Amino acid sequence: MILHVARTALIALRRDRGALVLSFVLPLAFFSIFAAILGRQHDSTPKVKLIVVDQDQSEASRQLVKALMSESSLVVRTKPAAEKKNAPAPADYTAETAEAAVKAGEAPVALVIPQGFGQHPVAFGPDGSGSSLELLNDQSDAIAPQIVVGLLQKAAMTAMPASMADEGMKYADKYVGGFTPEQRAKVDEGLQALKKEQASGQIGTANDASDRNAAAGAGIVAVKERAVVGQDKKSPMISFYAAGIGVMFLLFTASGSAGALLDEAESGTLERVLSTRVTMTKLLAGKLMFNTLLAFVQLAAMFLWGWAVFKLDFFSHLAGFAVMGFCTAFAVAAFGMLLASACHTRAQLGALSTLLILIMSAVGGSMFPRFLMPEAMQKAGLLTINGWAIDGFQKVFWYDMPVSALWQQVSVLVAIGVVLFVVARRVARRWEAA
Amino acid sequence: MHISGMAMPLEVTSLVKRFGQLTAVDDVSLTVRAGECLGLLGPNGAGKSTLIRSIVGRVVPNGGRVAVFGAAAGSTAARMALGWVPQELAVYPRISCRENLGSFGRYYGLRGSALKEAIAWCLKWAALEDRAGELAKNLSGGMRRRLNMAAGMLHRPRVMLFDEPTVGVDPQSRNRIFEMIEALKGEGMAIIYTTHYMEEAERLCDRISIIDHGRVIAAGTKDELVQSSFGRCSHVLARFSGDEAAIGEWAARHGGRVKESTAEFTIERPTEIARLLDEASKAGLELEDVSLRKPNLESVFLHLTGRELRD
Repeated sequence: MILHVARTALIALRRDRGALVLSFVLPLAFFSIFAAILGRQHDSTPKVKLIVVDQDQSEASRQLVKALMSESSLVVRTKPAAEKKNAPAPADYTAETAEAAVKAGEAPVALVIPQGFGQHPVAFGPDGSGSSLELLNDQSDAIAPQIVVGLLQKAAMTAMPASMADEGMKYADKYVGGFTPEQRAKVDEGLQALKKEQASGQIGTANDASDRNAAAGAGIVAVKERAVVGQDKKSPMISFYAAGIGVMFLLFTASGSAGALLDEAESGTLERVLSTRVTMTKLLAGKLMFNTLLAFVQLAAMFLWGWAVFKLDFFSHLAGFAVMGFCTAFAVAAFGMLLASACHTRAQLGALSTLLILIMSAVGGSMFPRFLMPEAMQKAGLLTINGWAIDGFQKVFWYDMPVSALWQQVSVLVAIGVVLFVVARRVARRWEAA
Repeated sequence: MHISGMAMPLEVTSLVKRFGQLTAVDDVSLTVRAGECLGLLGPNGAGKSTLIRSIVGRVVPNGGRVAVFGAAAGSTAARMALGWVPQELAVYPRISCRENLGSFGRYYGLRGSALKEAIAWCLKWAALEDRAGELAKNLSGGMRRRLNMAAGMLHRPRVMLFDEPTVGVDPQSRNRIFEMIEALKGEGMAIIYTTHYMEEAERLCDRISIIDHGRVIAAGTKDELVQSSFGRCSHVLARFSGDEAAIGEWAARHGGRVKESTAEFTIERPTEIARLLDEASKAGLELEDVSLRKPNLESVFLHLTGRELRD
C-alpha cells in the first residue's frame, strides 16, 4: 500500500513540470551560481581596484607603487581612465581627486603616499615612527581595505629591502653604541649596492617565491585608514540590504500580483472584461500601473522599516529614493507582467518566476554584494534588474549622490520596463479575439 | 457606426468560424427581435459558445456577418448595445457585489450618478440588495449566478446573451433567474439563451434553434419543432417483465427500441396502442405498465442530435 501511495505521488510529480523544475533545475542553477561567485577558479577571484597617489615620488615610494602594480589581486590606477580612446591621458590622481573617486564609487580604496615617506618608510626605527601611508576607503566594502593593507605590508617588505636595511643600521648605530668610521663606510657601501640592485629591478617584485624569500624579514609600513564614504553612516550595509532584499521580494510580489491575469483568464473574467470598452492594451497598462504602485509602496515600507529600526537615513534621501523607487517598481512590475503573459497557468508562473527571480537575485547582488564577486559575475549582474536597482540605491543612500547622478540607472531601468511591457503586450495577443 | 433604432437588434448572416480543420460554426444565420427570446440548444461542442463569442466580438469569424442594431460585432456601438453573461462565473471573487458591479460599470464607461443608479438597479434586479457588501466568493452558488448576470446588465444593453446561466443552481434560484429574464423580455430586450435544460427553453424561449456540428439543424417555435420532427406522432412507453432479449426482439419487429425493460414506440394515432399490446400478449410478454406521451423538446433534441455521448 505504501508503494502505491509513493507511485501515485511519482506520477503526479512527473506531470507537474513546475515542481520538477523547482526540484531539480533550481538547485543546480543555484549551486552553479554560488560556486561561480565564491571563486570556483583562482583566476576568477575578484580584483580590488586601488587608486594610488604618490606625493613623495621617492625611490622607495616608486618601488612600493611598482610592487603594488605587480600584485595580481589588485588593479592599480594612478590616473583616471581616458574618457575617449584617442583623448590625451588625464593627469595623475591627487589626494583630492582620489578621495572624490572613492566617494563616487569608482574604487573602494585609495592609497596616498605622503611626501617624506621615502625618508622614513618603515613604521619603526630610532627616529620614531615612519611616515604613515593614508588609506582612503569606502566602508561599504569591508574587505577591500584589509586586502590592500595586507598587500601593502607584503609589497613594502619585498620592494624596499634597502630601506629596511637602512633602518636596521640606524637601530644598530643608535643602540649598539655607534659604528666606527670603518664600519660606517662598509655599511654605506653595502646599502648603496642594495639600492642599485633595487633600482635595477633585480629585487623588489614579489611575484615569485625566491623574491619573497629574499625579502623575508623586512619591516612594516605604517598605514592610517580613513573612511571617506560611509564614515557617518550608523549602519553601513542597511541601505544595501534594504535595496537588495527589497528588489528581490518586489519581483516575487510583482509576478504574483501579475498572476491575477491568469486567474482572470481561467475564470472567464478576462474575456468578459475584454468584451466591454476595455482593450487589452488598456487592461495591461492598468495592471502595470497598479503593480508599479504596489511595488513602490512595498519598497517605501522596506526603507521606512530600515529608518525606524536600523537608523537608515531615509528622509535625507527622499528625492533619490522616489526616483529610484519608481524606476525599480516600474521595471519590476513590467517583469511580472511579461511572466504572467507568457505563462499559461499559475503553477507555471510560480515555477518560472521562482527560478528567474532567485537567479537574478543571486547574480544581481540581492543576496551577496556584487563587489565581492568575480569580474565576469559582476558584469553578468548588469543583465538583471536587481543589479541596476541596487547600484542606484547605493548611489543615493551610500554615496549621497544627487538625483542627476542616477541617469544611467534610471535610463536602464525605464528601458527594461518599457521593453518588457511591449513584449508582454505582444505575448498577450493570445487572449485577444481569436 | 451608430445604433439604428429601426435596425434588427441582432442579425447573424452566414457566419463561419474555423479553428484549423474544425469548423466550429458553419454557415449560421439567425435573427432576434426586440422582446424576443431565442433559445440555442445543442450538445456539448456543437458550436453554441463559439457563436455567442462571435456575436460578442471575442471570436473573429472566417466568413459571414454579425450586426447588432446594424453595428458590426466588436465595434464600440455593438459592445455598448450588447450584454453578455458567460457560462463561467466571470466576476472578481475577492471584492464585494457592489464593487464588482462598480468595476464592470466603469469598464462600460459609466461614471458618477449614472453608475450609482446602474449599480442600485442591478442589485435590485438580481435580488442582491441585502448582500451588496458581501464578497463574491462568499456568496451561495445561486447568488453568484445572479451577480454574474447583473454584471452584464450595468450598461442597460438592448440585446442580452445568456450562456447557460442556471448551471449548478438550486430550483429556487433558477426560478428567480427565470423571473429576471422574463422581466427583461417584458421590457423589450432581445435575448439569446443557451441551455441544456429543455424545460428552461420551453418556458423562456419564443423560438429555438438547435445547433449541431456548427450548423443550425432546426429552428422555430417549440410546436413547430415538434411538428416538423414528429408530425402528429406520440410516444408509447410499455414496460414488460420477462426475458430482456425477447422484449428487444419483439420491439424491434414493431419498429421500437428497448431501454431497461421498457419498449418505446412512436405511433400516429392513440388507437394503435391496443394493437401493440395485443401483439405483445401474443408474443408471451407480460405487460407491467403502459403510458402515452406527447413528444416534447427533449424528444426533438434527441431525435435530431442522436443519443450518442458527445464528450
